[in-house]
Amino acid sequence: MALTDVPTKLIYERPEVLDPRVTHYCPGCTHGVAHRLVAEVLEEMGEVENTIGVASVGCSVFAYNYFNIDFVEAAHGRAPAMATGIKRVYPEKTVFTYQGDGDLASIGMGEIVGAASRGEKITVIFLNNANYGMTGGQMAPTTLPGQKTTSSPTGRDVERQGYPIQTAELLATLQGSAYVVRRSLHNSREVRRAKQAIRTAFEVQRHNLGFSIVELLSTCPTNWKMTPVEARDWIEERMLPVYPLGDFKVSSAVADLEI
Amino acid sequence: MAKQLIKGNTAVAEAAIRAGLQAYFGYPITPQTELLEHLSARMPELGRAFVQAESELGAINMVYGAACTGKRVMTSSSSPGVSLMTEGLSYIAGTEVPMVLVDVVRGGPGLGNIAPAQGDYNQIVHGGGHGDYRMLVLAPASVQEAVDLTALAFDLAEKYRTIACIMLDGSIGQMMEPAELPPMQSLKTEIPDWAVRGAVGGEKRVLTSINLDPPAQEVMNLRLMTRWQEIEANEVRYKEYFIEDAEYVIVGFGTAGRIALSAVRAAREKGIKVGLLRPITVAPFPKDILEKLTDQVKAFLVVEMNSGQMLEDVRLVVRGRKPVEFFGRMGGVVPFPDEVLTEIHRLVEGPLTTEGHPRDRWLAQLAETLG
Repeated sequence: MALTDVPTKLIYERPEVLDPRVTHYCPGCTHGVAHRLVAEVLEEMGEVENTIGVASVGCSVFAYNYFNIDFVEAAHGRAPAMATGIKRVYPEKTVFTYQGDGDLASIGMGEIVGAASRGEKITVIFLNNANYGMTGGQMAPTTLPGQKTTSSPTGRDVERQGYPIQTAELLATLQGSAYVVRRSLHNSREVRRAKQAIRTAFEVQRHNLGFSIVELLSTCPTNWKMTPVEARDWIEERMLPVYPLGDFKVSSAVADLEI
Repeated sequence: MAKQLIKGNTAVAEAAIRAGLQAYFGYPITPQTELLEHLSARMPELGRAFVQAESELGAINMVYGAACTGKRVMTSSSSPGVSLMTEGLSYIAGTEVPMVLVDVVRGGPGLGNIAPAQGDYNQIVHGGGHGDYRMLVLAPASVQEAVDLTALAFDLAEKYRTIACIMLDGSIGQMMEPAELPPMQSLKTEIPDWAVRGAVGGEKRVLTSINLDPPAQEVMNLRLMTRWQEIEANEVRYKEYFIEDAEYVIVGFGTAGRIALSAVRAAREKGIKVGLLRPITVAPFPKDILEKLTDQVKAFLVVEMNSGQMLEDVRLVVRGRKPVEFFGRMGGVVPFPDEVLTEIHRLVEGPLTTEGHPRDRWLAQLAETLG
């Protein structure tokens, strides 16, 4: 039997909305996975031509190069404010930010809390990799106690450098938040769950139910100085105890959503 | 439309609405707050966007987002708040999206006070945010002029894809005067080609201020500077008073210019041939008329409510060919016309010099006066 006679079934295809180019992300980094999930969800929802993305400062600063959708690039930490400005003049469009943990949980804490408390009808994709990736692995507000980074060379000392910020838990306390969850990208089961959460978050926006955010635990093998496999294990063993996966806020209207 | 007695801040807010303002984002700060308050009622009433932001940082970045959609968008603040906004202003300039900023200037530096001042001149005209960019700056001297310049600010911002700033001394913002508001304009419906809207038909637009390739960034810088030259060539605005036969000319903008006019009138009654040049655009600066006056006059007097910030722009044009003297009050102190009149007399009596720096002579004088 010639190979061409073998019946084939397409099970994997690049979403059209993702530009077919090599990304600048490091091998083993899960930014690419997160991009793909967002792209798949927007395509499945038929929202591609109705979406405006807001890129942030950090490793995902060039996210707009990889999505074939309209994008703006925010100043460091200010993506939720910029998204607010867009959403308020275009309430019928889908507006999302894509931010890292330095951007969102440190310099941009004011903007994210403001947007969530106002119940801005935007969706935030938040990648937490426990360090500042783009500048070479410095301590972030999300860095774990004892974790070595280039600016906590002997390990984060909570007495001197404070404790990690649990962003999802914090934002869940705000009444304007409709959907606040944490997922992880460290294995295929969690990737599938992450996609469902991203879909729900965008549905929350589509149905005008309030502010939605999906925190995604993400690998940073280069700065963690690990192989990609070690990095995945490190999420499982070290990050999950500090950043448990789960739904921290699902408003009753969101719970009633049928997707 | 009939004149009405109206406060400067409220008048600018209403003028912006009538100029077709589609989105406003701001944060309360004295002496600007009435502007935000007026819009907090009017914008939702008209179905337009209004957000009281979590900070001036939030406000300017909301403006940035809305400006990327090509809508008419504005924010307002006062000096310390504008300092916070300078980050966003630089990004907005770097992305070449139009917006209008109203800075109701108060005494500083630091928290300073809430009295009227002109100490933000250098920040607004020569600096502010990082990188090479300029803002178009309009400096009204009355509530009516503030109203008239508001619609113009939007038109110019859009024409040149630039930031247009209305630099409103705290006194103009707080003062009530009779003013006539313009009729309501309809909202603009066309979207500029560069604006984001969703990549309909796969036609994608990206608005960003990042340019990692230095030669490409330089091309962008060049485009901004060429545009600025165009603004300098076409958008200079000023008002002359008693200039024709003037032997002495006062240069002053906004409230200082208005106070100087009272002094000029009083001096004219005494037969002193003095006139006033009041820049309406402080950026672009009215260089040509100043150059012309340099040939005509015996001396200049610059009057400001700061330590002589525009003074340096005047000196750059005059270049030591004629004496330039300076009088200013700072920290929210508003000069009296009599003080300016005294300076006019001093000018006429002489001796005049082109030596030294006028600021040094003024400071020595001020120290003596204040004891």
